Amino acid sequence: MRDPKQAWKEDFESSPARDDGIESSTISGIPLQPLYTAEDRTQQPEEFPGQYPYTRGIHPSGYRGRLWTMRQFSGFATAEETNRRYKYLLANGQTGLSVAFDMPTLMGQDSDAPTSRGEIGHCGVAIDSLADMETLFDGIPLGDITTSMTINSPAAILLCMYIAVAEKQGIPASKLGGTLQNDILKEFIAQKEFIFPPEPSMRLVVDSIEYCAREVPQWNTISISGYHIREAGSTAAQELAFTLADGMAYVDACLERGMRIDDFAPRLSFFFDAHIDFFEEIAKFRAARRIWARWMRERYGAQQERSWKLRFHTQTAGVSLTAQQPELNIARTAIEALAAVLGGTQSLHTNAMDETLGLPTAKAARIALRTQQLLAYESGAANTVDPLGGSYFVEALTDEMERQAEKYFKQIEALGGVIPAIEANFFQKEIADSAFRYQQELETKRRLVVGVNEFTVDEDTPIEILRIDPKLESEQVARVRDVRKKRDQARCSNALSSVRKAAAGTDNLMPYILEAVRAYATEGEIMNTMIEVFGIYTERAVV
Amino acid sequence: MPATAVRPVRIIVAKVGLDGHDRGVKVVARALRDAGYEVIYTGLRQTPEMVVDAALQEDAQVIGLSIHSGAHMTLFPAVVQELKRRKATDIVVFGGGIIPDDDIAALKKQGVEKLFTPGTPLQEIVDWLRQRFPKGA
Repeated sequence: MRDPKQAWKEDFESSPARDDGIESSTISGIPLQPLYTAEDRTQQPEEFPGQYPYTRGIHPSGYRGRLWTMRQFSGFATAEETNRRYKYLLANGQTGLSVAFDMPTLMGQDSDAPTSRGEIGHCGVAIDSLADMETLFDGIPLGDITTSMTINSPAAILLCMYIAVAEKQGIPASKLGGTLQNDILKEFIAQKEFIFPPEPSMRLVVDSIEYCAREVPQWNTISISGYHIREAGSTAAQELAFTLADGMAYVDACLERGMRIDDFAPRLSFFFDAHIDFFEEIAKFRAARRIWARWMRERYGAQQERSWKLRFHTQTAGVSLTAQQPELNIARTAIEALAAVLGGTQSLHTNAMDETLGLPTAKAARIALRTQQLLAYESGAANTVDPLGGSYFVEALTDEMERQAEKYFKQIEALGGVIPAIEANFFQKEIADSAFRYQQELETKRRLVVGVNEFTVDEDTPIEILRIDPKLESEQVARVRDVRKKRDQARCSNALSSVRKAAAGTDNLMPYILEAVRAYATEGEIMNTMIEVFGIYTERAVV
Repeated sequence: MPATAVRPVRIIVAKVGLDGHDRGVKVVARALRDAGYEVIYTGLRQTPEMVVDAALQEDAQVIGLSIHSGAHMTLFPAVVQELKRRKATDIVVFGGGIIPDDDIAALKKQGVEKLFTPGTPLQEIVDWLRQRFPKGA
């Protein structure tokens, strides 16, 4: 009798191989074996969900206890129009809100700033002051839902606006639940929506974490994001490593402020991409939990289990979607969403099929949400906790992800930490190199994208695109000017000069920003006040 | 080196608008450089005035614009207008990003010569430039 493994090996080698020239490594370039067996696993004690180091999930009951939150990122045009879309999504069974802001809001400038021209309401909703925020959440009880806000440089201001709207609805800050992205490091690394230099930027992040630990205890103060790193072209291992390294940098900054680890660590949350390479993504999510738990317990000495658990939101990969044959994006998104679910995500956004062409139409947005409902209620994926745990392949790939991440941590440490590595363009170059390598693989057809470099059609049937009415721009400009005219000017200018003083000192800025927001100071005014003290950051661009 | 060496075409690639999505512009810049063009990348958040300034200072023949924020209908024509104002309409403008078909037609009418959308092979951009500047600069 032949040894069965040896026999398989011989049979495999004598079987004909495909000669299409297509890579058999993961999309990130990790070489894969044709078969994995028990011998490929690093020896580990048997792991269970809800137990350290949480490779198999942070909850003992997985999705049996509670399904993931279906949280569709949405926002466009005016606060009034986006408010209507939110009510539509909530009526269709969405379980949490996620606000997309337009570029001027993300960059901390008002709609009537000269460089806002052409940008208002295009890739998110335009918010200039508390007045817009009141409209955005009109009729939506903030005590009953959780809201995620994708905003970074001006994050503190938008959080204060949310708190101020809640006050008007009679809901105390202590009852508010949600997530602020507030992750400035990945802006320097990948998404590039930075305004202040790294140091004052980090101070604002720590100010908001510290303030929320006291005043908004149920709020996720930061969503440490790999999504943008991945979308900018990184590999899965780079996404994992750079994101967790950012997380540790925030922990270090909070400890430096004098906070106790268990007072803030439980409110740190994460945000990952779900790309199209199914098993690699599942391995990435599982490895992320294990690495974070180890670092929090062993390196930082966190005592509470809640501090060890990495909770994360996932969004399917926008970058994997194609403008060609866009209906195929529904299938891509379903595969990616299933990877997120099998990886144990806490919340999920599924992209709409038309997002490489423009903003999602209501119909495309509904199909995206329905894809999640289909996974939750039809596919059976929610019935068993970590169903791929113990798979030779997935476990080996999980171990490999962890190895690659630990290697990057050493490199980053050798560069002096995350901020010096940013200033040395380390991350930016690593990401650009990966993006270029992938593009070369497409050009040479070592990787195929269906409908793009293979299986193309001559002409696509046009699909409906959501258009932003150009009138909106002048209306929003008029609105912010009106707010500036009607407010209590003395209260507003006093509040702004207090912000300036606090920025120049060492006080926590949050209470000062909150007062300025209540006084209807605009986002741009508050940002510009801080810019006077902090200055602005310019990137040394590398190709 | 061909017997009659020509000056390579010089291209300014720029990110206009407020968004920071620079994956595409960087990949294109590298590919054009590898194809033998002289490429100058301006970095992020360039106004139309800054782009034209750079093109004139660098004596560029081509401006390549990238945008992903949806403001292309405002900012691409603004670059063309600025070139007109500075009497530099010999500089060729092309662009790329998430740009719907209808907008492509409108932008071409306004003087943006060529637009590339997501999924375009890099070679297609190089081929277009070769055709547009068969003899170099």
